[in-house]
Amino acid sequence: MRLDGRFGRFGGCYVPEILVPALEQLEAAFLDARDDPAFAAELNGLLANYAGRPTPLTRCRNLPGNIYLKREDLLHGGAHKTNQVLGQGLLAKRMGKTRLIAETGAGQHGVATAIVGALLGFETVVYMGAEDVERQKLNVFRMQLMGARVVPVESGGRTLKDAINEALRDWSASFETTHYLLGTAAGPHPFPTMVREFQRVIGREARAQMIEQLGRLPDAVVACVGGGSNAIGLFADFIDDPVRLIGVEAAGRGLDCEQHGATLLRGTRGILHGAETYVLQDDEGQIADTWSVSAGLDYPAVGPEHAHLKDSGRGDYVGCTDAEALAAFKALAESEGIICAFESAHALAHALKLAEVQPDSAILVGLSGRGDKDVSQAQALLA
Amino acid sequence: MSRYAAMFERLNGECAFGAFLMLGDPDLETSARLLDAVVEGGADMVEVGIPFSDPVADGPVIQTAAQRALAAGVRVGDCFDLIRSFRDRHPDVPVGILTYANIVVARTGFMHDAAEAGADSLLIADVPALEVEPFARAMEQAGIEPVLIAAANTPEPTLQRIAGVSKAYTYCVSRAGITGTHAGGEFDTGLVQRLTKFGAPPPVFGFGISKPEHVRAAMAAGAKGVICGSVIVDSAARGEDVSELVRSLKGATRNDSATK
Repeated sequence: MRLDGRFGRFGGCYVPEILVPALEQLEAAFLDARDDPAFAAELNGLLANYAGRPTPLTRCRNLPGNIYLKREDLLHGGAHKTNQVLGQGLLAKRMGKTRLIAETGAGQHGVATAIVGALLGFETVVYMGAEDVERQKLNVFRMQLMGARVVPVESGGRTLKDAINEALRDWSASFETTHYLLGTAAGPHPFPTMVREFQRVIGREARAQMIEQLGRLPDAVVACVGGGSNAIGLFADFIDDPVRLIGVEAAGRGLDCEQHGATLLRGTRGILHGAETYVLQDDEGQIADTWSVSAGLDYPAVGPEHAHLKDSGRGDYVGCTDAEALAAFKALAESEGIICAFESAHALAHALKLAEVQPDSAILVGLSGRGDKDVSQAQALLA
Repeated sequence: MSRYAAMFERLNGECAFGAFLMLGDPDLETSARLLDAVVEGGADMVEVGIPFSDPVADGPVIQTAAQRALAAGVRVGDCFDLIRSFRDRHPDVPVGILTYANIVVARTGFMHDAAEAGADSLLIADVPALEVEPFARAMEQAGIEPVLIAAANTPEPTLQRIAGVSKAYTYCVSRAGITGTHAGGEFDTGLVQRLTKFGAPPPVFGFGISKPEHVRAAMAAGAKGVICGSVIVDSAARGEDVSELVRSLKGATRNDSATK
């Protein structure tokens, strides 16, 4: 490896030996592409003319406080995921791969991978926990409509972490022809670094838009954290600024019970899916089951850079319960006419709390995705 | 001399047969009995899994075995107890632990406890040569021999590191994939030659060995030992005679030397 792949003590490359050459090839392709103006031109062209960048920065007109929304919900595909699948898809082409595999929880990353598979001409296979396949039939159909094959995973708890396990198993046998298009800034090196770089565009645009609209930087930047790709993409260009960075984890049914996905708040250090990071686990290292109303935050590990931002004190990490997220989801719809993803509603819920105590603070919220996928669940929950 | 070295010396060039079982599968009592059964069938060394909830290097058979053990409430301490009692009954049979990094780092003194229970080696499936240094140091301090995986696609500089760090044997995987899912019987002779050049400990082949002809093919590729896992675990789960299965597989190591 050319980079060390560590964020403080976190990160690394904990995978079976057989996968190391594939990750080395990926790192080399990523670093070469980064220095290649033709790659940047093609990616930027797709981001602008296919995906719809730049996305707007919207100041809330009716919600209390001074809240700005970075509108990744308006990106093609309906979430920030599209930014990085385009990047990884082009890298896969560069490496001569013909097949993409991906994991998905609620189906957003699976849909994004199916999009890039259709656009760039890959055979696409998406691993999805059997439980999630049942719960997210619409997204399963969207993936199939774009030509992807969805494989239900029956092992373990039949959710996201099991889908990652299965994708890693597939990749162990298929890496010569196949790129594993991991969906977040987690996993083994080089994924956390590479995915951050492909998502950095969120924060770069938002920073410039804040200066343009408000004339200064925000006081706080708030984003939800599951694996952590939208948060790290939003934070990356603010790391050296005097700006609070706040990651919001899923507190589920409450941080004091076991039904949450608050890895940084309640987890302990461990090694899962290729990286040393915070992990929700028992005292012997067996991985715990997690819970969140939003499938995208329902994951027992977290990107290693967030683990480092927490331990170094640069990032603040807080929790938001299902109920708080649902209230923010409803408030945004009623006050601003925007239906956001349940994931993004966690970030907004915390911003609303901040706005209550600091009404003059400018708060930038990463609105990571739109809420179409959550509407039927919301209907049941709000009834 | 370590138990592995003594075993290879005792075998005097004959291929070592390693039987893999998941500790605590399906429960502690049956697990102890199965360990005895594979030795009775002729296993020269025993490789034991400590169950992990998310075993990414394992195929469905071993995954299910780990799940059965965890569902039975098996804990890491129970696994060490199984090794300890096996060690009392079989003082000379080498025992290697195969598990995952999170199990090792979650327990302070894992290496020490493993050594104290009588285990000889440790292979951590998701710790490649790139990350192995602190783990190997801790193993050596505790008197546990590190075992690393060398794959057919592992580049030479990494093979050289693996050769230097691996002590008991080198676990060779000659084809891509996970445990128990290979067509079987295809081995790369070049891997053994490269490892020998770097002075690696004896090459032992695993992944995809389920029939006597696979054992013979591995030997033809230069294996000094083979490890069978999924086929034995599957057979045990079906309630079949595991000793008999091991006898037929171990028999292949002798057939070959007889006909050479």
